[in-house]
Amino acid sequence: MSKPILLAVEPGSSKVNKTGSWRTMVPIFKHETCTDCRICVVVCPDACVFGQDNKYYADLDFCKGCGICAYECPVDDIDMVLEVK
Amino acid sequence: MRKLIEGSMAVAESIRLCRPHVVAAYPITPQTHIVENLSQMVADGDLKAEFINVESEFGAASVVLGACAVGARAYSTTTAQGLLLMAEVLYNLAGMRLPVVITCANRAVSAPINIWNDHSDAMVIRDSGMIMLFAEDSQELMDIHPQAYKIGENPEIMLPVMVNMDGFILTHAFESVELLDQKAVDDFLPPYNPEIKLDPAKPITMGTLAEPRWYMETRYKIAETLDDAIPAIKKTAEEFKAKFGRWYGDLIDTYRLDDAKYAFVAMGSLIGTLKDVVDDLRAKGEKVGILKIRSFRPFPYAMIRDVCRDVKQLIVFDKSYSYGWGSILQNELRNCFYGQKHTPLISGFVVGLGGRDIPPKSLISAYNMTKDKEMLNEFVDINHELVGGRR
Amino acid sequence: MAETTKAKKEKAPVTESLLTSGHRACAGCGESLGAKLVMDAAGPNIIVATSTGCLEVFSTPYPESAWRVPWIHSLFENSSAVAAGIEAGLKAMGKWNGVKVIAQGGDGGTADIGIGCLSGMLERGHEVLYVCYDNEAYMNTGVQRSGLTPFDAHTTTSPSGRISFGNQRPKKNLVEIVAAHNIPYAATATVGYPADLQRKVKKALSIAGPTFLHVHVPCPLGWAYKSEQTIEIGRLAVETGLFPIFEMEWGKITRVRKITKERKPIEEYLKLQGRFRHLFVSEEGKKELAKIQAIADANIAKYGLV
Repeated sequence: MSKPILLAVEPGSSKVNKTGSWRTMVPIFKHETCTDCRICVVVCPDACVFGQDNKYYADLDFCKGCGICAYECPVDDIDMVLEVK
Repeated sequence: MRKLIEGSMAVAESIRLCRPHVVAAYPITPQTHIVENLSQMVADGDLKAEFINVESEFGAASVVLGACAVGARAYSTTTAQGLLLMAEVLYNLAGMRLPVVITCANRAVSAPINIWNDHSDAMVIRDSGMIMLFAEDSQELMDIHPQAYKIGENPEIMLPVMVNMDGFILTHAFESVELLDQKAVDDFLPPYNPEIKLDPAKPITMGTLAEPRWYMETRYKIAETLDDAIPAIKKTAEEFKAKFGRWYGDLIDTYRLDDAKYAFVAMGSLIGTLKDVVDDLRAKGEKVGILKIRSFRPFPYAMIRDVCRDVKQLIVFDKSYSYGWGSILQNELRNCFYGQKHTPLISGFVVGLGGRDIPPKSLISAYNMTKDKEMLNEFVDINHELVGGRR
Repeated sequence: MAETTKAKKEKAPVTESLLTSGHRACAGCGESLGAKLVMDAAGPNIIVATSTGCLEVFSTPYPESAWRVPWIHSLFENSSAVAAGIEAGLKAMGKWNGVKVIAQGGDGGTADIGIGCLSGMLERGHEVLYVCYDNEAYMNTGVQRSGLTPFDAHTTTSPSGRISFGNQRPKKNLVEIVAAHNIPYAATATVGYPADLQRKVKKALSIAGPTFLHVHVPCPLGWAYKSEQTIEIGRLAVETGLFPIFEMEWGKITRVRKITKERKPIEEYLKLQGRFRHLFVSEEGKKELAKIQAIADANIAKYGLV
């Protein structure tokens, strides 16, 4: 007799999947004009923008380079550049 | 306490005693009295359950899936077209290892539309991984539902169970039934307590995508579990007998089979008719007996071979047919003895499709026709003029 | 040497989203953004049932799950019924103590194949919030036409061709169908206005239910636009009048989000998307644009958007 298998998965286990490997463009957070509005944090579809006190970063393990944060930043403090690896 | 009740009431009462948390109800002839009875019990405060009048049988099965996933004991009942409609969810329940119990009041599958009894509906989901039991009469229906929950909810089984009962023949017949006692049922069937369930205190993800590298093992496990269900069903029936003093078989049952040379094989209410036929034939010196198939999935190959070791011929009466393949129960029995040392003759008769009456004389006539002679896929009592007389 | 992510995280606090990173949505996916916003507005004391579709597939390939709340997927058309069963089970077991039940589905899973179960759940008054993520086609199977695909949109089963301009049927008015069940709260929202969406989630969850949110979620792949413009396109859909934003309570419209900036002509919205490109190449195409403008005009008149 044996119990069933593979029925449930741990929360947040997706983090083993480093989607940062997907991107061609990478966001550069310039930290020049940031007003702490946190729009970049809110609009990231992959929940990988973090920070505080006018200094925000993309988690490069997961950032897919979609460019929404840069597009939406009201003070143009984020640039999307071609990533050189 | 003994009461004269309709088969549907025996089911409803049995379910009430199992203390389901959620009952999903959708009407379809001939199951409707079951949900009506349960509904009245709720309205009278005799059954404390959430009674959900769903929008379709598909909804019914989905509701019980959700309820079971949060750790509630759930129930629904259906028939033929409703069974087909919820088939997608039944496979889902088996794959997700959620042990709900569903009673199917067996009825012919459309088209043409026909509301009377045969086993064609149950056969549609025989590959799903659900455990499938067939009850013989109203007393067995009373006895079998607590057993069904106990088998399904066993942490090493965790599969949905379908209890099959012949539509109209059992649903609408009044029989004298010994009601089970609530305390005894509580003792026999403890509360449902799954290890894995949806709970904000301990979040998990259920129902993930399984890519090719993962899917096959889950199916292998279900196959293994249906094998493990054989001793589990047996043990549960034995525990029930020990506690309540009644036995309707475990995966099979036998009637006057010990010294029989010819065994009639069938499922469900036909067993009752066959018992009368066997008694009549025995009185005339015929060495006949009955092999009742109670568990259709898992199919009890080893047990059948064991009790039939001295049987010369099996005569199968089947209320189902797989078009382009043959009589389903007949072929299960042929499979059972294929390649074995002892290979009795096997004949198969298709009877009662769409609720056509099966009088004892038809069964006796079939026996006389086939005694010591193999006959396969024989449709009984067919109007040959109507069909053009080919076969 | 550049600072590592790990070092940065040690300096700045990271609030984990309830739909976290590592999921396989396309870069810039509006639905993943929408779901993240919904989850974070709802908080951890929830149980979520999700239909088959992009959201389910990209977030839960065994053994990975991006969900940090209790979550179940069953089938394509039954997340509303499964959610109803969850609610009923919790109530029957006496465990209904502030937990909120949320059902999620795409436009196909909600308005087409799922509409029966949805209608039943709404009619019975289950305390469930249903969120429909509308990317206007069956995206997970490769951009096929659904009942919510807008007029003249190209999908693989309503393609533009030599004699066709794409989908010839108007968008089903899902939220009004839902509201006709006389439920306490139903609203449209969009990832174009994230704060508004989150406010509506909180509002819906503060009501016993059933409640419903129809969320517009642009899809960079299916609509063929640059991924960075997901929110911009969401806004344009509203500013043109093609996706009206409004709230309904007990079957009546109670609040409308007027187009506060200058109302935009539909071309501003359509020209950014490859799925409407075929409308810009011929005289016949221009006539189609006029039809779409008429749809927008009718919405603006009906809902009082300006």
